[in-house]
Amino acid sequence: MQHFKVLGSGCKSCVNTAEMISKKAAELDIEAEVEKVTDMAEIMSFGVMSTPGVVLNGKVVHAGGMPSPEQVEQWCRQG
Amino acid sequence: MFEIFSILADFITYSLFGLAPASAAGKAVHFFIEDVTKIFFLLFSIIFIIGFFRSMLSPERVRRAVAGRPRAVSYPLAVGLGAVTPFCSCSSVPLFIGFLEAGIPLGVTMAFLIASPMINEVAVAVLAATLGWKVAAFYVGAGLVVGILGGLLIEALKLEKWVEEYVWKIRMGEVALPAPDSSFRARLAYAKGQVKEIAGRIWPYVLVGIGIGAVLHGYVPQDFLTRHAGASNPFAVPLAVLAGIPIYANATGVIPIAEALIDKQVPIGTVLALMMSVAAISLPEMIILRKVLKPQLIATFTGLLFVAFISVGYLFNFALG
Repeated sequence: MQHFKVLGSGCKSCVNTAEMISKKAAELDIEAEVEKVTDMAEIMSFGVMSTPGVVLNGKVVHAGGMPSPEQVEQWCRQG
Repeated sequence: MFEIFSILADFITYSLFGLAPASAAGKAVHFFIEDVTKIFFLLFSIIFIIGFFRSMLSPERVRRAVAGRPRAVSYPLAVGLGAVTPFCSCSSVPLFIGFLEAGIPLGVTMAFLIASPMINEVAVAVLAATLGWKVAAFYVGAGLVVGILGGLLIEALKLEKWVEEYVWKIRMGEVALPAPDSSFRARLAYAKGQVKEIAGRIWPYVLVGIGIGAVLHGYVPQDFLTRHAGASNPFAVPLAVLAGIPIYANATGVIPIAEALIDKQVPIGTVLALMMSVAAISLPEMIILRKVLKPQLIATFTGLLFVAFISVGYLFNFALG
């Protein structure tokens, strides 16, 4: 079970990133939970300033801009 | 170097479409084709090249570089890095909080936020290619100075009281970003991603800007603009800045409009004032910043930029007129 958090104040790229992860996980038949974090204090607590950011199982793996499909696939398979 | 786009436009407009070079439609179509091919070519190549080399630069790194520096260093550094650091306007809020949290003064943070939408490498390259290096240098110079002076003024006025209280309470976590992959392949992938993301975001503004420029170029008579926006109208500069406020566009998108106006002998200061106002003062940006700034600071910030851009306009018109 992969636990993703997508950090972002609700802009388009953030929504797209969350969708992209959910879709990819479904495609690979991997169990994943995708949570959208919009609370600024929580976003900043991860040390991220450029959104969207991605947190995988509690660890920041990406910040600033949409991740690439290859990256998302790698995260899904990780662990 | 860029004549090829002009030759291409000649061929399509005059030979393929059979339009007369002196006709209004011929002028407009020629302008449109030349600018679309030239500007989009530049857009893709510049974003790609810069993306390849700056995959290492991020707002998190800028924060670390600027924090704790004396003002003589932090102000120029903030506006300089603001010009070349890629970040989407939706990141303005976390960026603002992150800077203040690192102890970076409010003035320096605002200087960063003023400079970054106005100056970026794509706009500078397109500006240089369409209007020449001199105009590009004026624009960059004026933008950097406005950023620094605006920030210094906000600091001198001690406007920290007009920052929303919750901002000061947020504590930022240790920045633990994964080390960027600096291999050739990863840089290539990053550069490609940047082209897709940035070009995907700004192309509609650029296309609309070129369309307006083409109509101005082909259909608006020069004496109409000379009468209303020329040196004889002392209100042309403030009107240009006012006109730029509701227009929300990217700095690159306004360049074709500037090109058409300068071609019609509108004074350069007036055109620079319009460009800066379009790029730097925008309603959506203010709405985003409202989350961290009280209305008084938003109003001060807007008023300050308004006065600054008018000054820039008059100064250049006076010095070069």
